[in-house]
Amino acid sequence: MSHISCYVPGMLSPGPTAQADPPTPAVRLPRRRGIEFTLLVLAVLLSVYGYCAVGLARNGTLPPGAARYGAGLGVLALLAHVAVRWRAPYADPLLLPIAVLLNGLGLVLVHRLDLETPADPAAPTQLVWSTLGVGLFIAVVLVLRDHRVLQRYAYVCVVTALVLLMLPIFFPAVNGARLWIRVGGFSIQPGEFAKVLLAVFFAGYLAANRNALAYTGRRIWKLQLPAGRVLGPILTIWVLSVGVLVLERDLGTSLLFFGLFVILLYVATGRTGWIAVGLLLAALGAFAVGRLEPYVHSRVEDWLHPFASVEAGLGPSQLAQSLYAFAAGGLLGTGLGLGHSILIGFAAKSDFILATAGEELGLAGLSAIFLLYGLLVERGYRAGLALRDPFGRLLAVGLASIVALQVFVIAGGVTGLIPLTGMPMPFLAQGGSSVVTNWIIVALLIRLSDSARSRYDGAPYDAEGAP
Amino acid sequence: MTGDGRPMPRYIRHAAAFCALLLLALLVNATRLQIVQVRSYDENPANRRQTIARYGQPRGDILVGGSPVTGSRDSGENLRYERTYRYGPLYAPVTGFASQTYGTTLLENAEDDLLSGTDPMLSPLPLWNDLTRARNPGGNVVTTLDAIAQQAAYDGLGDRRGAVAAVEPSTGRILALVSTPSYDPQELSGTDKAVAKAWARLNGAADRPMLNRAVRQTYPPGSTFKVVTAAAALDAGVVEDLDAPLKAPDPYRLPGSSARLTNSVDDCAGASLRYAFAWSCNTVFAKLGVDVGLADMARTASGFGFDEPGPRIPFPVSTSTFGSGLDQAQLALSSIGQFDTRATPLQMAMIAAAVANGGSVRAPHLVERTTTAAGTPVSTTGPRAESRAMNPSTARLLRELMTDAVRKGTGRKVAVPGAEVGGKSGTAQHGIGNAGTPYAWFISWARARDAVEPAVAVAVVVEDAAADRGEISGGGDAAPIARAVMKAVLD
Repeated sequence: MSHISCYVPGMLSPGPTAQADPPTPAVRLPRRRGIEFTLLVLAVLLSVYGYCAVGLARNGTLPPGAARYGAGLGVLALLAHVAVRWRAPYADPLLLPIAVLLNGLGLVLVHRLDLETPADPAAPTQLVWSTLGVGLFIAVVLVLRDHRVLQRYAYVCVVTALVLLMLPIFFPAVNGARLWIRVGGFSIQPGEFAKVLLAVFFAGYLAANRNALAYTGRRIWKLQLPAGRVLGPILTIWVLSVGVLVLERDLGTSLLFFGLFVILLYVATGRTGWIAVGLLLAALGAFAVGRLEPYVHSRVEDWLHPFASVEAGLGPSQLAQSLYAFAAGGLLGTGLGLGHSILIGFAAKSDFILATAGEELGLAGLSAIFLLYGLLVERGYRAGLALRDPFGRLLAVGLASIVALQVFVIAGGVTGLIPLTGMPMPFLAQGGSSVVTNWIIVALLIRLSDSARSRYDGAPYDAEGAP
Repeated sequence: MTGDGRPMPRYIRHAAAFCALLLLALLVNATRLQIVQVRSYDENPANRRQTIARYGQPRGDILVGGSPVTGSRDSGENLRYERTYRYGPLYAPVTGFASQTYGTTLLENAEDDLLSGTDPMLSPLPLWNDLTRARNPGGNVVTTLDAIAQQAAYDGLGDRRGAVAAVEPSTGRILALVSTPSYDPQELSGTDKAVAKAWARLNGAADRPMLNRAVRQTYPPGSTFKVVTAAAALDAGVVEDLDAPLKAPDPYRLPGSSARLTNSVDDCAGASLRYAFAWSCNTVFAKLGVDVGLADMARTASGFGFDEPGPRIPFPVSTSTFGSGLDQAQLALSSIGQFDTRATPLQMAMIAAAVANGGSVRAPHLVERTTTAAGTPVSTTGPRAESRAMNPSTARLLRELMTDAVRKGTGRKVAVPGAEVGGKSGTAQHGIGNAGTPYAWFISWARARDAVEPAVAVAVVVEDAAADRGEISGGGDAAPIARAVMKAVLD
């Protein structure tokens, strides 16, 4: 994996020597901010192109807001770029452009669906949230100078996360799930922010206790069990958070936390036996919840028989409508603005946003989006590999895994690969809390990748490879 | 840091491989959904996309005499383009309707693939459309109709219930196809409440305006069927001389029964075929049918198209029946177009056309050719199959009989100056105990004096002929309409 890492030709790079010196690395690596800038321009242009394509397809004219939209996205991208250039000059140059492109594309898709629901526009709000997200991104890049500081706040993070997770219980349920709290005109989904906090906690806790987890405790048959006093706190917290989620009927996030926990536990300890136990527990839990909770049971039924409601004469379910939309896209798609994914109805702009991409951009566009996410995750993992401290490694892997798992759970859900559980597609979907959280995740990855490369001392990561 | 024997980078790589596996699963599943199993989702009945796409572009037009009789209106609704009809009621028995709510009928139905743009023949590169998932603009259907003849037939029927079918004998091209009362198919275009209301009203109306009487309704043909009986008698050699007296009594007692058949004209006892045809003697033709026998009668009738599946013109035509397993009395009645003998007006026009065309029947058809929206031909109707209904010599004799009927018999009202016209009237009794108002029939053909072949054969039926129950009413009510249609074609 590591030997793919690219060394940039000097003419595209602003030249590492021209900048103020950070803590001097033993080997001076190129900063590659020029690459980032070029890619950002491409990402903004691509988004504006999509915006124009929608207008051309619908009205035959360039949409009047295209320049404003392009300028807005461009300014946001530029501000983020300047922040990175100033405070994280060695950061991975792909992270920010991918985030901008996905966010820009999401705005195009939401705007496109707004045309079908003129009474209920979502794109302007989404733009405000995106601005807020980029603002927080800049704040994180500027304020958080060293990611290791976060390890100190691991327990603060977990307490905050649990409070956030429990908050919606005190607010009325929306569409069968207690996920939102309403403050003024805005609805906030605290569970989104909890993801990052939990990742910080897991990383911090596991980094501190990984050797204890791996080596103490008793051995039963081939399975090395950790000592209860080490594993106790983490299991308790995990059970608590999952319990809260089951109470709130948000299975997607529950699945995400579980996956995150298992991945980080594995990366920290290398104990495959625990993965097996974890999967077994998950299977049992899923089975029990599926039997006991009618809401979940119906999701599984929908997944197994997406057209049951059609055969029963009740019309197509949302999942069926989503599958129709993807199929209607074919290889090349109908073109932006020309599909009928609005037939999905409720949540077409949020959980089912990918169906619009699938229908209007086809398999070609959908694959490109998947690969963008894949690249984002890969860059996160790469930062994890390049870092020296266990906390940083676990945090990078955790944050990247959040994106990977979230994409899989919701994309797999709307394409009928796994039972559908509601979740926003990172950056693409309508949803303020989600877009803000994702910008924070990218900011942390920027910080981590900058740390990894600016402190690079020329030594290989480990016995297995070099950067 | 990694010297403790638990190399974290290795585990990170494993976790990354797991994420790559998830990505691969998503890509494979997307390919299944968007490429491999596309058809099953596209064709799911609950998927509205095909319907939306179908109405997402203007529908192709149906043309009569070079100009469209249909159109499309952008409604701005989800099912966007709605069908309009320029002369709705006039052409309704040809076009049918194309409704967002109730589907399609007649030509709109038979040529739907072409009109809606899904016909692969419309595309210069059929596979290209599969790739881009685009639709071609709807193609046009050019009909064989003669606008003036159609109008003449429609005006002739006026407020009365009835139907007219006119064909070109030498080709089978349908020149007029009218059914009254009619309706405006445009009332059924769209999805709003008015459409459902119109649908309920049209279906509930006592005079059934949506019934296509020219091709979907069969009537007892009455005396017009005597053309078939005469053809059978001449073909079978039962009659050899048109002027030889036939030994039919008046009244004629139906064989094996005590019922007696009479005539409404005099001098039928012992009349010749020429006289009996011109004045429509029931007794003579009833006996002739019995003399020919069931087998030969049925064979001749089927040669004209009776008891065969109705032709597709391209929409299906109801089957006309002569009947089988008849006893002698039933055969006698069937031979004068009563009992179970039933025919569509188009079938009766084909009988006149067979006589005019030397004894052979050309399959009737409505579509001259189909074209793309730009006018490039998609398909052209070549010469249609021909089948022999009677010997050419028989046809020659029947032409003589039918012209005589027009010159001095029951068909005087159809005479067209400057043309040779042959015809046969009919008044069909129906209802229980023949209590219903008789149907007035007239079938005829016409040839311009300077033409080699007859240009038109026509059949007219008027359901509520306001006349007494004499034979003359066929000649009285239906003949003027037949004449107007023939004149329109000849001019």
